Amino acid sequence: MTSPDPTWTPDQPIIQCRDVHKSFGQLEVLKGISMDLMKGDVVCVIGPSGSGKSTFIRCINALTPMDSGSIKVEGQEVNDPRLDKLALRRKVGMVFQQYNLFPHKTALENVMMAPIKVLKEDKRQVEERARALIRKVRLEGKEDSYPGELSGGQQQRVAIARSLAMRPDVMLFDEVTAALDPETVKEVLVTIRQLAEEGMTCILVTHEMGFAREVAGHIYFTDRGVIVEHGPPATFFTEAKDPRTKEFLSQIL
Amino acid sequence: MKRAPVFHGETDLPVLLPAARRLARRAERERLAGGPLPRLKARHGLWLLAILLLSAGVAQAQADAQVKESVITAIFKWMPVLLQGFIFNIAISFLAMVIGTAVGAVLGLMQISLLPPVRFGSWFVTQFFRNAPWLVLLFFCMFLLPFEFDLGFATIPFPDWVKATIGLALPVMANVSEIVRGAVQSLPSGQWEAAESLAFSRRQTLWEIILPQCVKRMLPPWMNLYAILTMATVLASIVGVSEMMTQTGRALAAENRPELLIPFYSFVLICFFAYCYPIAVWTRRLERRYQVKL
Ligand SMILES: Nc1ncnc2c1ncn2[C@@H]1O[C@H](COP(=O)(O)OP(=O)(O)OP(=O)(O)O)[C@@H](O)[C@H]1O
Ligand SMILES: [Mg+2]
Repeated sequence: MTSPDPTWTPDQPIIQCRDVHKSFGQLEVLKGISMDLMKGDVVCVIGPSGSGKSTFIRCINALTPMDSGSIKVEGQEVNDPRLDKLALRRKVGMVFQQYNLFPHKTALENVMMAPIKVLKEDKRQVEERARALIRKVRLEGKEDSYPGELSGGQQQRVAIARSLAMRPDVMLFDEVTAALDPETVKEVLVTIRQLAEEGMTCILVTHEMGFAREVAGHIYFTDRGVIVEHGPPATFFTEAKDPRTKEFLSQIL
Repeated sequence: MKRAPVFHGETDLPVLLPAARRLARRAERERLAGGPLPRLKARHGLWLLAILLLSAGVAQAQADAQVKESVITAIFKWMPVLLQGFIFNIAISFLAMVIGTAVGAVLGLMQISLLPPVRFGSWFVTQFFRNAPWLVLLFFCMFLLPFEFDLGFATIPFPDWVKATIGLALPVMANVSEIVRGAVQSLPSGQWEAAESLAFSRRQTLWEIILPQCVKRMLPPWMNLYAILTMATVLASIVGVSEMMTQTGRALAAENRPELLIPFYSFVLICFFAYCYPIAVWTRRLERRYQVKL
């Protein structure tokens, strides 16, 4: 197991990706992705369906093993057979499109579970923190509801609180609003924006261009496994140069 | 997890009122009992009685004039012996179920192991015993297991009924193993991924997240298996265990009256039906309930 890189300091990139490749059989999904994130950065990854966005962010917390290249999280190499995956995942939280809450546990229990079982923290302290997190995602009063009794938007906010309960340094969001109806999208976006404003380092895969423009410090456009173009939102949306970016933006805006 | 629909018994439609009231009473009873009750009614029992009387009547008609005692009297006379045999059937089914479930659960978990030899080995054992006729397994146990086990300081006797129990536990084990594997694999992969991304280890994921959700999915097929096992315990009569079928055979031999055959075996049927039917009903109700919930 690799211990965290002792030479890493917070003024270096918190996530550093270099030439990440990944194939599923014959299909090459990632063809050399590179990206740097400093602590507190919020970036959005956009691109057509099947371009490898999910695969890329799943490589960051080692849910999907990459084939070659390097991803360093706080200086720790992810592409290393001796990687302590569990240690990595304590630092990197992830929220999924399908919420994936544990249906046999209440909202509060969903949030409390990982800190108690994984971090072995004191139950009372965890509960206090969990209740605060549920308040933070504005779900007061829903603590004892089961996921099946909550709306999609509410479930997704519980899922965000559940990830935050591990006190991660980085949050990955994979199209977290894609399964929601338009009315509930907003309540989830408000929660994410609040996180971003508090200085959480976030990578967001999203189709919500308006939201991306508002919260992202940097936008990456991927297509067929490569980053075609990237830049700050102010210039990205108005001065896209690559024809593929232009076409995508014209379709989606 | 949605709450199962609870019949509250409120309706505006006059035609539905009697039914609604009945459902409401039933829901109330189930709430008190903390679970679904088998929906047994007096008429089920009546049917059973009718079969018995009918078969008794037919037998009576077939009988000669020199009948010493009526068929019903004969059944009553032998009932303690027959019921003792039946209790033996139940005991064997219980024991075989306990052993089969314990070993089968371990085997099922081995089937989802990440180690290929463990996974393949348990898969093979499971498939082998699942696709073997129960009676053949029973015979193998009868003839392969010793009649006693020598531990050096003590010998454990292995009477026939213990061997039969083990023989029946083998197919139960294999079926439980498949039930466990199937239930685990039927959960959406998102559950594993969410747990993984929260830094749960595989073992923790399995015990804290996956298996608790599986219990509900496993319960109906497991109860179904138990009902089948109970009915299969009569196979033990073939290898000479003194269970109900054997006892019935002995009683009939002692009476030596052919007209008793049908009533006596009808009585056996009725005993098994009375025991297994409620299990089947309950299983169906659980199935329906969890279908709504999941
Ligand atoms: N486990 C897998 N096995 C095989 N192929 C996969 C697997 N996961 C993803 N793929 C393939 O990789 C490609 C990229 O998938 P990915 O989910 O990363 O795309 P995406 O950009 O997230 O798309 P979307 O916007 O639809 O979510 C797709 O063609 C997909 O079919
Ligand atoms: Mg995706």
